[in-house]
Amino acid sequence: MSTLLKARNLSVRFGGVKAVNDVSFDVEKGEVFTLIGPNGAGKTTVFNLISRIYTPTSGEIEFDGHPLAKHAPHEIAKLGIARTFQNIELFEHATVLQNLLIGRHTHRQTSLWSELFFTAGTRRAEVQAREKVEQVIELLDLQHHRESMVAGLPYGARKVVELARALCTEPKLLLLDEPSSGLNVEETDDMAFWIQDIRAELGITVLMVEHDMSLVSKVSDRVLAMNQGEVLALGTPSEVQGHPGVIEAYLGSTEDVASLRRQLA
Amino acid sequence: MRFIFKTDYLQDIRLAKHGGHKFWYSALLLALLAAPWWLPEYWLAQLTFVLIYSIVGLGLMLLAGFTGLFSLGHAAFLGVGAYTQGALTAAGVPFPIALALAGLLSAAVGMVVGLPALRVKGIYLGIATLAFGFIVEEVFARWESVTGGNAGMHLKAPDLFGWKLESGESFYWLCLVVTVVATLGILNLLRSPTGRAFVAIRDSEVSAQSMGIHLAYYKTLSFAISAALAGIGGALYAHKLKFISPDQFNIIQSVDLLLMVVIGGLGSVHGAFLGAIFLITMPQIIALGKDYLPDAIGQAPGLQGLVYGLVLIAFVLFEPMGLYGRWLKVRTYLQIFPFYRKGMFKRQKSFQKSERLR
Repeated sequence: MSTLLKARNLSVRFGGVKAVNDVSFDVEKGEVFTLIGPNGAGKTTVFNLISRIYTPTSGEIEFDGHPLAKHAPHEIAKLGIARTFQNIELFEHATVLQNLLIGRHTHRQTSLWSELFFTAGTRRAEVQAREKVEQVIELLDLQHHRESMVAGLPYGARKVVELARALCTEPKLLLLDEPSSGLNVEETDDMAFWIQDIRAELGITVLMVEHDMSLVSKVSDRVLAMNQGEVLALGTPSEVQGHPGVIEAYLGSTEDVASLRRQLA
Repeated sequence: MRFIFKTDYLQDIRLAKHGGHKFWYSALLLALLAAPWWLPEYWLAQLTFVLIYSIVGLGLMLLAGFTGLFSLGHAAFLGVGAYTQGALTAAGVPFPIALALAGLLSAAVGMVVGLPALRVKGIYLGIATLAFGFIVEEVFARWESVTGGNAGMHLKAPDLFGWKLESGESFYWLCLVVTVVATLGILNLLRSPTGRAFVAIRDSEVSAQSMGIHLAYYKTLSFAISAALAGIGGALYAHKLKFISPDQFNIIQSVDLLLMVVIGGLGSVHGAFLGAIFLITMPQIIALGKDYLPDAIGQAPGLQGLVYGLVLIAFVLFEPMGLYGRWLKVRTYLQIFPFYRKGMFKRQKSFQKSERLR
């Protein structure tokens, strides 16, 4: 297996706060790699560093041989990185179909002038984009939402639309920020199934942030645990879950637990 | 109620989605083409103004309604177009070339004004464009060698390579052609990647960017197209009035233009036209109503401003989707009679959006 994403000694500071401190990791092609950690551990910040919303204070990220620091934020999608957002950032006042077509933006072949006159070439490109979008709609079972406005959709459906929009860019690496947050048990199961499908059928590498450990252990190949901006542990889901540092970060140290027991007794 | 069975992707791409569209828009176009024969001269002139304002409204709609960038200085672009047209036709440039240049110069100015939009948004962009509007108005008043200063500038009748459009009818047809071309251009843009990129920027900049949309390019482009249409509208406006002076392009004009797209219905192409009809007919209706009001109210100064203000407040409170939104409700009511329910257009309360990335 070859490495798709390489993060080396990443650090970012906001004033005095070290949101991410000296984090390094490699994501291999074709794996599902999960970041876990308590709130404020810096998981989403790592995502925002990869999608260039933030610029690292030091350290660098390399994707598929390209150093990301050399690319503007809007060029990241073209390189083959697509993402979803923790709190859903869809285009609210557009239909699901339009949202997904916006996902095809990096594959645009038309020029402004051909669009103004809507030439035969533009028409062809539009139909092609639609065909690609329909494949994603088929994969994620979004047929009956196709014409609905996003603003009127329930939360669970929006999560799926956001995933679909990311898939429409035909990425090499998919960043999922808490794909199961706000979903019920059934929807979370669907999500797990889709993530496995996306990896197996489309061959897309997945990097995700997730809190639901049952989902994490079901789909992830490797897990990176973070706390307060630093790496705690890296390994298979069961290795990381059993790591004493991870247990301490979530539950407190054994001494804390012991003293709590004494107090309660 | 009409049910459309879709068997082809082109059905979603075509402008006319079904036979009803084809029929009614053809009927409208025929009625407009024949307007000089069935409309009295005064109303034909008003209709010409509606068309001119529609062109400007289309541009502002693209900017405010589809890209989410508000301009409080749009009258300045109107003015740049009008004065360019005035100066060029005075120098003997044929009308079509002058019109194109007026649009291009406005677009260039629009790109410059669009620069602050790359950094500020919302009310701050409003202030930046407002300041720009004042500056341009001042330039029109001071640059006397070109604009004639506060004394104004006279325009000749449009000259289409020797064919002079002296009559109101021929000028009306000219405006109609420009309006149709502009509308088709905007509609084509809105159904292709560029239009979708504008909508994406309006609804969420951060995810637009992560979808690969170059924010600076598309915001500047939106400003440029919007200003170009305002400039073309301004050039026609100048020819229609045959006289322009700086106070026609002041803050009141800018506010009128914004009022037009808000009342018409932000985010719909129809809204630009409905807004233009509103903006032109409203003063007439107020003038007619004056006679029936007691003198203390009817003859009071600022009646028009008061009515505009009240109408705007009423729309924001009761019909934020504007006249077009109201029309959609009426149409749905008629289509599914008697099954219309009161809450059919109510949106589910939006979920909290991320504040973190703003």
